[in-house]
Amino acid sequence: MNTLFDKIWDAHVVSLIEDGPQQLYIDRLYCHEVTSPQAFEGLRGRGIGCLRPKQVFCMPDHNTPTHDQDKPIADPVSRAQVDTLARNAEQFGVNHFPMNSPDNGIIHVVGPEKGISLPGMTIVCGDSHTSTHGAVGAVAFGIGTSEVEMVLASQCILQQKPASMSIRVEGKLGPGVTAKDLALFLMMKISTSGATGYFVEYRGEAVRSLSMEGRLTLCNLSIEMGARGGFIAPDEKTFAWLKGREYASKGADWDAALEKWKTLKSGEDAVFDRELVFDAAEVQPMITYGTNPGMGMPIDGKIPADASPKALAYMGLEAGQGLLGHKVDYVFLGACTNGRIEDFRAFASIVKGRQKAPGITAWLVPGSWAVKAQIEEEGLDKLLAESGFEIRQPGCSACLAMNDDKIPAGKYSVSTSNRNFEGRQGPGSRTLLASPLTAAAAAVTGVVTDPRTLMD
Amino acid sequence: MKQKFDIIESTCVPLPLENIDTDQIIPARFMKVTTRDEKFFGDNLFRDWRYDAQGKPIGDFVLNDPRYSGCILVAGKNFGSGSSREHAAWAIAGYGFRVVISSFFADIHKNNELNNFVLPVVVSEGFLARLFEGIAADPALKVRVDVSAQTVTNLSSGESEHFELNAYKKYCLMNALDDIDYLLEQKDKIEKFEQGR
Repeated sequence: MNTLFDKIWDAHVVSLIEDGPQQLYIDRLYCHEVTSPQAFEGLRGRGIGCLRPKQVFCMPDHNTPTHDQDKPIADPVSRAQVDTLARNAEQFGVNHFPMNSPDNGIIHVVGPEKGISLPGMTIVCGDSHTSTHGAVGAVAFGIGTSEVEMVLASQCILQQKPASMSIRVEGKLGPGVTAKDLALFLMMKISTSGATGYFVEYRGEAVRSLSMEGRLTLCNLSIEMGARGGFIAPDEKTFAWLKGREYASKGADWDAALEKWKTLKSGEDAVFDRELVFDAAEVQPMITYGTNPGMGMPIDGKIPADASPKALAYMGLEAGQGLLGHKVDYVFLGACTNGRIEDFRAFASIVKGRQKAPGITAWLVPGSWAVKAQIEEEGLDKLLAESGFEIRQPGCSACLAMNDDKIPAGKYSVSTSNRNFEGRQGPGSRTLLASPLTAAAAAVTGVVTDPRTLMD
Repeated sequence: MKQKFDIIESTCVPLPLENIDTDQIIPARFMKVTTRDEKFFGDNLFRDWRYDAQGKPIGDFVLNDPRYSGCILVAGKNFGSGSSREHAAWAIAGYGFRVVISSFFADIHKNNELNNFVLPVVVSEGFLARLFEGIAADPALKVRVDVSAQTVTNLSSGESEHFELNAYKKYCLMNALDDIDYLLEQKDKIEKFEQGR
């Protein structure tokens, strides 16, 4: 009651169906090429158009190659899917940021970065990591393709209102401990279904202290705890970060929006359906050992005795084993989780003055062309090149391996992405999820390494 | 596919694993098609558990085990976690399942099943455990799902439970209507809402 989640959600309810779901108005619909074609096809089948095309933003990201984007995609099936999105966008008159245009990138990086996602909005996309946009103080959640079709047709969706959860993290995160580690820590504590049925508001000093990039990472991973979404009430940091962005309002409109946004907070008397409190001092750099993101541990920990034998067999690991010093074959920096400028700065801070370890294949994939431009503006590309690392072109890449960036069977990859499911990064791939700092530490040592031992 | 639900009585396919994610139900590399080709998705349901790298069926996986068949999938808790891909629901429907029984479903996947006329039936941990035991002892065990009465019954033991299903969704399932049919009738309300902001 009287939580920020209630305020935003309730302000978007168009109607209530008795003993049924609520009809929720949606401010922004994002579409990518994988989960939207059947929705557009559905509109065609029904002989209807898109109700509010200006509120719909499309961009391909899942299939896009991370090199030679100026050339046609080699895989004809991927190419057909990307072309289908372009055709659908044109036919239905919705916004489209095509591959290889400066506007393109991963939806969950581009949306906030351009100020398309703003405080107080309801935001959906046929993608579970839509929760990312919660970092600007919006109610954002992933949906299925039938639901994408609902929003295209009516700018509304039928949903049961989720319960509300407060996750308060008190105190300060230690040096070398990032938003990624905090998220992996929370999953370790409450499991990958601990927040199922809930919408999470992240609160407390450690959350407030996160940069906007860190907040985007934390909210991104809400779904990995099972949550429908996760968000952080907007504050001065949010407003400063959004001001001047391409789609954010300007001048007097901005001032008016700001006044409204400043009221977006849970009431002093807010009652959450569930409240959890954690101490930031307990969080260490984290790494996963298993086949879901909840199977994680502090980087210097030992794999628990009760870890799933099926998961460990897949990973080629044993209960009781530590991971420090374990050989690594690949390093992947990127994804909607950790493909932002701060992540590249963090990675660069570790590799600076060091060299990529022999035997490591490293894929550094910015989340958007804007991030890539910023990397170049800051000279990080040169610094990374001196250490033997190359910056690729933007897209989802090896996070789910729908393009050519696949981790080979049996190989270990320290990845900054969001999922270590069986086969996620390619059939037989073995993913160790970690922060950009830990990924960088592995990239220069060739083994799992505590990044704090390499920090100044 | 839109189809009317009433009473379903069938043998079951047991998958007693927890946290089955949608990447396992349908791996991402099968998501590049632009149609709702349920047969294609059904053929690739649980692809990497069902076939080896050469495309040969893996004998001990339940879908390749001739003892088990039927239109009811019984799975361990937290079924359908991870990716929001509706392709997972299309694969389940395309294979021929009409009901999935588990003690816990991930939110997005649960909605995706309902939107594809696959019924997610949430049962208690105990009911699920006894159902798995029953199927292991006798693969011919049948389960009856009565949508109207909202009951699920293990016909071997007679154990029966009530399951949740809101009245709106029940009406949709029993009459083969989907949410878009409903929303398209709400246009006036939507415009009024927009004007009132």
